[in-house]
Amino acid sequence: MKKIAKQVVFYSALLGLWALLAKLHIWPPYLFPPPWGVGHALWDGFADHSFWIGIAVTMKRMLIGYSLSIVLGLILGLAISSNKFLEETLGGLLVSLQSLPSICWIPLAVLWFGLTEKAILFVVLMGSLLSVTIAMEDGRKQMPKIYGMAGRNLGASGFRLFWSVLLPASLPFIVNGMKQGWAFAWRSLIQAEMIFLSLGLGQLLMMGRDLSDMNQVMAVMIVIIILGFAVDGLIFRNLERRLQLKYGLTT
Amino acid sequence: MSTQPHNSFSAARIISPSGGRASLHHGKPFSPVTTIPRRPPADVTVPKVALDSISLSYKTTSGERLLALDNISLEVKPGEFLCIVGPSGCGKSTLLHLIAGLHPQTSGNVFVDGTPVNGPGTDRILIFQELGLFPWLTVAGNIEFGMKMKNIGKAEREEKVQYYLRLVHLSKFRDSYIHQLSGGMRQRVALARALATDPDVLLMDEPFAALDAQTRDLLHDELERIWAETGRTIIFVTHNVREAVRLGDRVALLTFRPGRVKQEFSVNLPRPRHMEQPDVARTAGNILDCLRTEINKSLEAEYADEKNR
Repeated sequence: MKKIAKQVVFYSALLGLWALLAKLHIWPPYLFPPPWGVGHALWDGFADHSFWIGIAVTMKRMLIGYSLSIVLGLILGLAISSNKFLEETLGGLLVSLQSLPSICWIPLAVLWFGLTEKAILFVVLMGSLLSVTIAMEDGRKQMPKIYGMAGRNLGASGFRLFWSVLLPASLPFIVNGMKQGWAFAWRSLIQAEMIFLSLGLGQLLMMGRDLSDMNQVMAVMIVIIILGFAVDGLIFRNLERRLQLKYGLTT
Repeated sequence: MSTQPHNSFSAARIISPSGGRASLHHGKPFSPVTTIPRRPPADVTVPKVALDSISLSYKTTSGERLLALDNISLEVKPGEFLCIVGPSGCGKSTLLHLIAGLHPQTSGNVFVDGTPVNGPGTDRILIFQELGLFPWLTVAGNIEFGMKMKNIGKAEREEKVQYYLRLVHLSKFRDSYIHQLSGGMRQRVALARALATDPDVLLMDEPFAALDAQTRDLLHDELERIWAETGRTIIFVTHNVREAVRLGDRVALLTFRPGRVKQEFSVNLPRPRHMEQPDVARTAGNILDCLRTEINKSLEAEYADEKNR
């Protein structure tokens, strides 16, 4: 059976089971929302534009915070990988910081930036900065040495050697870190939005909670899953596959 | 492989991916789009490359010092084709890296045109055994890379890229990426990329070792042709003695660990040559006799390593 067919069967079965359980009225609908209720909430959410606005606000924050973390992460990773002292000191600190969920920064971020956009962006930045930094550092180390030698041999040095050889040569490794960074940033942002009321998908979800509208809560959850999956599965996985083919990392 | 040299020679020509270029035989001048400066037979009294008592030692992971190259002195005349042969582990590749300036020697000096080498320079281009072609660039992008680093203008780069693409018969593949090419085609891209930076000296590190015999024969012909047309100095490292005799004006034989120059042989056979020619085989046989003791030493060392394990 084709993969797509298997998936269609699986998801229909899942939906059927969900509908069946809801029909049996084991739990009241406000505890266990039925699929048609969630479908309705989805429809309403998009019809009254509140979901579209939520998606736009969340994606805008994602793009700003994430782009910032890529630029800063590449610079930091490069600095760490080309300086023994930084590698042994700052490098270790960053690895240990990565075990801290970035939502933990929220109290400090609010104190420093107030209840502003900046506080949210800070949390997103902290979510993905470390992944990108570590990926850049790893990329420089894992990159086959021959590219650097060939580049120097052909007359490249200094910044041009970095820009035209070392950076593209470590791209497959960097993209891997960017993918991980995106996943961290995405989680951090939704968490921050749930705590910190200011539009966005996280707030829509909390609004559902406050109104005891589990249909809305599940509808927003589905939107978050689909958006996250679309970026990861369609953009990053594709990019990764194409790079691996091009760089001869897979056969 | 065919026992009739001329058959396999022309067969190799015909499978050239450039299709209709089968008429490009030796002797017929290649008509380029532009002419590149042929090296004048300059001052032959000053060697193009001179190695003056080069030694290299390094610390192994177990902490002992290993002498890899021991007091190597060699001179290469401008426009000369020197082949260096030796058993695996004799430091032939390392020697090329030293000449390219990618690695410092422990003692001794490398001179190019009488000036000591101090780091990499585009007057000496090394073609690595693994090639090191850039997978993120197209064939044309790879070829023009060195020129870009030298800040050569776009128009001139474009012209040269076209010229070198034709020289190595890859015009049709200018926009292909490296992973789309066959082994032999990659070799030719590496050759074109090296030549495009306009080096005086080409350093080649077993470039044809991984190719099938047909492709290798074809590339030998092309390399000999390009060498004759451009007048470059070539230092070619190989473990294949017959290949060395096929290509070189002179063959230098290195000993096994530490690498020393054991003997040098002049090859005075008329060109173009072919691997299957009897006189090539005979000359190679003489050198091989001399090399055999070194190969045995290298094998003994390997077996000893095994026993110690």
